[in-house]
Amino acid sequence: MDTLLLSRIQFAANISFHILFPVITIALGWVLLYFKLRFNASGETRWIDAYRFWVKVFALSFALGVVSGITMSFQFGTNWPGFMERVGNIAGPLLAYEVLTAFFLEATFVAIMLFGMSRVPNWLHTLATLLVAVGTTMSAFWILVLNSWMHTPQGFELRDGVAHATDWWAIIFNPSMPYRLAHMLIASGLTVAFLMAGMSAWRRLRGDRSAAVATTLRTGIVLAAVLAPTQLVVGDLHGLNTLEHQPAKVAAMEGNWETRGNVPLLLFAIPDETARENRFEIAIPSGASVILKHDPAGVVPGLNDFVGEHPPVAPVFYAFRLMVGLGLAMIALGLGGAWLLWRRRDLPGWYLRALVPMTFAGWIATLAGWYVTEIGRQPWLVHGVLTTAEAVGPVPAGNVALTLTMYLLLYAGLLTAYVVTLYRLARKDSGEARSPSTAVAQPA
Amino acid sequence: MTPFLPPDLLPLVFAGLMAFSVLLYVVLDGFDLGVGILLRATRDPAERDRMVASIGPFWDANETWLVLGVGLLLVAFPVAHGVILTALYLPVAAMLAGLILRGVAFEFRAKAATAEDKRRWDRLFFVGSLTASLAQGWMLGRYVLGFDTSPAAMAFAALATVGVAIAYAFIGACWLIWRTDGALQSRAIGWARSGLWAVAAGIVAVSIATPLASERIFARWFEFPYVVLLAPLPLATGALILGLAALLRQMPLPRDALHSVPFWGATGLFCLSFAGLAWSFYPYVVPERLTLYDAAAAPESLTLILVGALIVMPVILGYTVLAWLVFGGKAKDLHYH
Repeated sequence: MDTLLLSRIQFAANISFHILFPVITIALGWVLLYFKLRFNASGETRWIDAYRFWVKVFALSFALGVVSGITMSFQFGTNWPGFMERVGNIAGPLLAYEVLTAFFLEATFVAIMLFGMSRVPNWLHTLATLLVAVGTTMSAFWILVLNSWMHTPQGFELRDGVAHATDWWAIIFNPSMPYRLAHMLIASGLTVAFLMAGMSAWRRLRGDRSAAVATTLRTGIVLAAVLAPTQLVVGDLHGLNTLEHQPAKVAAMEGNWETRGNVPLLLFAIPDETARENRFEIAIPSGASVILKHDPAGVVPGLNDFVGEHPPVAPVFYAFRLMVGLGLAMIALGLGGAWLLWRRRDLPGWYLRALVPMTFAGWIATLAGWYVTEIGRQPWLVHGVLTTAEAVGPVPAGNVALTLTMYLLLYAGLLTAYVVTLYRLARKDSGEARSPSTAVAQPA
Repeated sequence: MTPFLPPDLLPLVFAGLMAFSVLLYVVLDGFDLGVGILLRATRDPAERDRMVASIGPFWDANETWLVLGVGLLLVAFPVAHGVILTALYLPVAAMLAGLILRGVAFEFRAKAATAEDKRRWDRLFFVGSLTASLAQGWMLGRYVLGFDTSPAAMAFAALATVGVAIAYAFIGACWLIWRTDGALQSRAIGWARSGLWAVAAGIVAVSIATPLASERIFARWFEFPYVVLLAPLPLATGALILGLAALLRQMPLPRDALHSVPFWGATGLFCLSFAGLAWSFYPYVVPERLTLYDAAAAPESLTLILVGALIVMPVILGYTVLAWLVFGGKAKDLHYH
């Protein structure tokens, strides 16, 4: 393998590992604020018990997010020096604002949030919780501005091959930014909803009848019931936006080779890029035309219009199906659970058992979605401006292979430790909830 | 955005901001990493817990200064960022692995199920801290001599590698003198005493080696009038070392007097050494190859970043002080709430 491919795999490995933790902390920060406010208002211990447990999950996720985020800031220089040389005038300020406005806000107030409950007044602790939530969200905002600009660049001019900003407003509010940001923030909400619901269901099935677990279970289900259908709508709008700006990506997502009307929606197929056709298709006639053009006869662009300039088809095609499949399962479980709760029935065992395997479904769906959009941008790094091949650095392939191996081993170990620790914390928390000596917290 | 500073001043301002971030990082994460290096110098699990607790609320914000320093290099001097980081490819990866291990070990050791498990994370905490410190030292050594690959330059880099790790352990020990008491504090005083002489030897060695290795740096220090104007720098460094040595010999003092002085003294040593290096480099951002002015990004982009930096950096400093006030005093056992 050459330096380009190895560097791409390494970037993918680093960012895939990194995203697992922000996707939890972004939404979990707001959920913790919600728990804290409910406790402040009602004084009921179940809210602060839920807060105490989930703030530990937040701390662990936050630490992993911070350390893997540092790797990201070095990656640009070590492996992709061409990126900053060519579009640094635009990427630079966006990354700088991310670090300045967001990173520090979280990094400092997170200490007060995690360790300061008994050292600072209650209002300051609540404020720290709010600022951490704002910080993680702002962080996501700036990163998604830059990422969206790489997909739909505007507001700049090229002088001697180097991009110079001409209109910052146009750069920040580039065409795909609102859709991508909304899609990602909801993805974070769904990841946390199913993490909470899945872990609480697991604890309930193991006999934990505590009020805090029942509360998080309900919070998770309600959140899923609201966000999962919303995500369907937002995802559809995002897809239409992509069709307008990056038609080759949509053609790969749909596995559509020829530009034509009445394009079927492929439920399953094996795209064959050498023969430029699909095998073993299972399809809904005209489905893709209806979704993308809201008309059975709607003409959808095909990959053969972009020969040599479209992304690899199979990974985009499969990742898209994985994401949508998980999204549909989330809608079913979210709405189903809300209906069961509304009927005031105790949640049945089969439903709880269905939630458990979905605990980390948000992670898988998020990664699948990112693979669709990022692999879908290939061969471009900045769409229409800079290719990945032009940006890669002069590092020997052997060095990249060495560091890639190191990262993969490190990440496999850390991911195992993370998941094991989550369940260990949950077991310990359930054990404490059962013991009669649990101290009763007082609202301040 | 229209530049409101003369365009030729902008690169200098950014070099200043970057230097400030890196200096803060080296002092702040320096003591974190130093405590990590010293962690296995004691076998008592309770003492280890207190050592980790003393840095627990700070390390995260401290590490962020590295992100800001590298971030400023990335955004203000994009060409230099590429040159430096591709030249230092492997040590950067080693440092990142070290920082990752150290960072996650904080969380995992706090949540360990058994004492054996905790010892395992302590080992990784130590390995991570040591790896990151050594890698930073190696990077500094390679950078100072402009990535020269001669045997002498490599020997210099090896010296810097050990020197930085010892300097971090020293400032870590000084931090522990301030933030702990009793038997652990006495131990920390012992660590600081032996560390100080190693640090002094390192400063002398680097001060001799750098001007010898580069004629340009030699001229910057020893030509008139610099040799007179700069004389206070080595003199202050020498006085500070002797003063610290005298103080450490007397410690611990009754009623724990002056317990924070070694830390601030160590910070002073770091600042003086840093000032010396900065003087040697100016105006290069990649020594002997790229000046600040060659490597700077477009003035419009720099102006935009500067506006944000000037608004946000005072705020950051403000709440860094707030966090220090909230978590001041001797380290207690760290609990979530």
